[in-house]
Amino acid sequence: MVALVGNPNTGKSTLFNALTGLRQRVGNYPGVTVARKSGSCDLGNGTKVELVDLPGLYSLAATSPDEQVVTDALSGNISGERQPDAVIMVADATNLLRNLFLASQLAELGLPVALVLNQADIAKEQGLRIDTTLLSERLGGIPVVMASAWKGEGVIDVRRAIALTLERKTLLPRVVWPEKILAALEDIKAAIFRDTGRKITSAEAQRLIFDSNSALAERLQWKPEHRDPVIRQGRETVRQSGYNPLAAEPLVHYARLRKVLEGVVKEGAVRNSRSAAVDRLLLHRFFGPVLFAGIMLGFFASVFWLAKFPMEWIQSGVDWTKTIVAPPLDAYPMLQSLLADGIIAGVGAFLVFLPQILILFLFIGILEDSGYMARAAFIMDRLFSWCGLNGKSFVPLLSGFACAIPSLLSTRTIEDPKARLATAFVVPFMSCSARFPVYALMCAAFIGPHYGPGWQSVVMVGMHCVGLFFAVPTAFVLTRLVLKVKPQPFVLELPRYQMPKPRDVLWRMWQNAAEFISKAGTVIFAITIIVWALSYFPRDAAVAASINAANPTAAEEVVKAKVQAAYVEQSYMGRFGKAVQPVFDPLGFDWKITVGVLASFPAREVIVSTLGVTYSVGEGAKADSRHLLQAMQDAKWSEGPRAGSPIFSLAAVLSLMVFFALCSQCGPTIATLAQETGGWKWAAGSFVYMTTLAWVAATAVYQVVIRIS
Amino acid sequence: MTPLSQLLPGQFGKLASLNPERGVDQRLMALGLLPGMVLKLVRRAPLGDPLAIEFGGQVVSLRLAEAESLIVDVAADCPIQRPRATS
Repeated sequence: MVALVGNPNTGKSTLFNALTGLRQRVGNYPGVTVARKSGSCDLGNGTKVELVDLPGLYSLAATSPDEQVVTDALSGNISGERQPDAVIMVADATNLLRNLFLASQLAELGLPVALVLNQADIAKEQGLRIDTTLLSERLGGIPVVMASAWKGEGVIDVRRAIALTLERKTLLPRVVWPEKILAALEDIKAAIFRDTGRKITSAEAQRLIFDSNSALAERLQWKPEHRDPVIRQGRETVRQSGYNPLAAEPLVHYARLRKVLEGVVKEGAVRNSRSAAVDRLLLHRFFGPVLFAGIMLGFFASVFWLAKFPMEWIQSGVDWTKTIVAPPLDAYPMLQSLLADGIIAGVGAFLVFLPQILILFLFIGILEDSGYMARAAFIMDRLFSWCGLNGKSFVPLLSGFACAIPSLLSTRTIEDPKARLATAFVVPFMSCSARFPVYALMCAAFIGPHYGPGWQSVVMVGMHCVGLFFAVPTAFVLTRLVLKVKPQPFVLELPRYQMPKPRDVLWRMWQNAAEFISKAGTVIFAITIIVWALSYFPRDAAVAASINAANPTAAEEVVKAKVQAAYVEQSYMGRFGKAVQPVFDPLGFDWKITVGVLASFPAREVIVSTLGVTYSVGEGAKADSRHLLQAMQDAKWSEGPRAGSPIFSLAAVLSLMVFFALCSQCGPTIATLAQETGGWKWAAGSFVYMTTLAWVAATAVYQVVIRIS
Repeated sequence: MTPLSQLLPGQFGKLASLNPERGVDQRLMALGLLPGMVLKLVRRAPLGDPLAIEFGGQVVSLRLAEAESLIVDVAADCPIQRPRATS
């Protein structure tokens, strides 16, 4: 196995795609939400080797989960993973000094290394000439090759270099540390062996002494009372050699690298930087935000509108499949309903998210690979930093107004684990497009007829802000008080602008969609089947018979709707709805609304069709169906203190909308949240928190409004 | 000696000191921002924060609050050859 390592923005993934030719497998490292990408790489000499693409990083100092994974993977400390046989270090040829800092750290691991100087085309354009023979000589004879993965140039040389490294096992020469520092490292190794019985490498000892707060300390299970005095003593020894222990590593490595690079890189005439010129416009004090708003508006509109058509095709495809599959099964109503309303609807329930996911990731791929994403974060950071998020939270939150599912997947673009988790937690508060039909139904049923279209639009806009109003304090409290993860400093490279490579963008788009289908898809499918069963069973044929008998002259449609309503009423879902109606009584919900609310936990827009069924207007009700609106306006409380007064009053309508704005009524969101946060803990937390919040807020709205009006 | 945050956009300075105890400063050192390094404040974000600084041929963004321990010497003789362009 060979590991691909390098700084971010060096074209490492492009090289990985070029080397493996998309024969890749994507998974997760155990226990963390860090993707593990591996593929089979042809070495050009008839042999193949497994290539692993490790997350991009600047230093082995492990502060984020991504960086920790790289350090662990390279040291062979991940269970079920072999230590790599060799490392391919991908460096940006235009900034060798910084890129080689990581290579210099890698030397301490004692693994064979080959160095790829990528983006050679840009280096050439800048007039840089790099003497690879001299560089290889200075680096202990390791293979050093130039490549331009974007253009596909030099990839064959990289294959040969990998083969050569595996064959000759040439190591990078280590830094020559001052005696005192070496002594300090040996002391630490000895102390750990004494206290925990573990043997650690010199590279790991360096992490403990050089990093102000190494995650390694926790993994070693070295008790702080043993650890702290040893590390303090070690740092004191380093200080005696004239170095600040927390700065020694970069100082020593960079001093050495300056010597290594002397005479290796010949600079041509410095040309004016194209990226700087573009930045003058895109980050301009006035035009920057204007262009940003334009780009994001276009982006959002595409996710929202472009996805609409394929989503409608999928929906009609699902409906069409039902009409094909259902009729032959007329004799077996249970099987028919299971197939049509359970299985086919369940598959449709997650397929329908695909267009949005694909389009969102198409845009994210373009934004990231072009270099604009970092600029977007730079422009927006100020608006988010005060509540514990950062500039990279913007894209997920904006796309949350279309749909939470792709937005949750897009939180992967946030490097800081704390901000990533907090952003994922508040994304479901954004008023997604599935809430729209609910607001529309309520406005059409009540607000419009009573207060006119003006107020109707005010309410619609207001409802879209309700979630945002609660999301901000939630993020604030979450990042200050709840999340114990250490925040990452927001140090962000603004990389060179580059043309995105279509293959890379499309490939990432597909990988995200495939992962969603295989992970969240199965959960969504299961939820749909369970809810189907709860609202189907028990189904006593006598119910239908008695209704048929009571309405001998009524039209077939009307009877059918009545039968359906009766079945839902006495199903487990209906019984449960009636039983828990008292819980929703303070919100002004009768049992029919309660059943609708319960049935719409897997997908909130379901309430519209459920109300259609419980109000006996038949299946397939839409937010604008006249019969449903009429039935709702006519509905009155039949018993209790409110008997005779209409159910859908201003208070109840507002309360219902607020409830739907805040409640966690989306199975796919919960499933995706679990997938993205690496467990069910945060998903369950989100469900309980949002549902409780929705109940409290809707109760407050109902109780206040009913007293005022 | 001037805090980095007080540099004007376009102004150069030589890094005089930083605080290695801080995670931000450790990260910047790993990127090559070491004492004696010439840097340039490229610009501020439209809302005033964060800052974009250029050093060693790269542009990096960092927040004002996180840049507080970076002290630069603006009077120092900064070699006029700008940090190499990042095209």
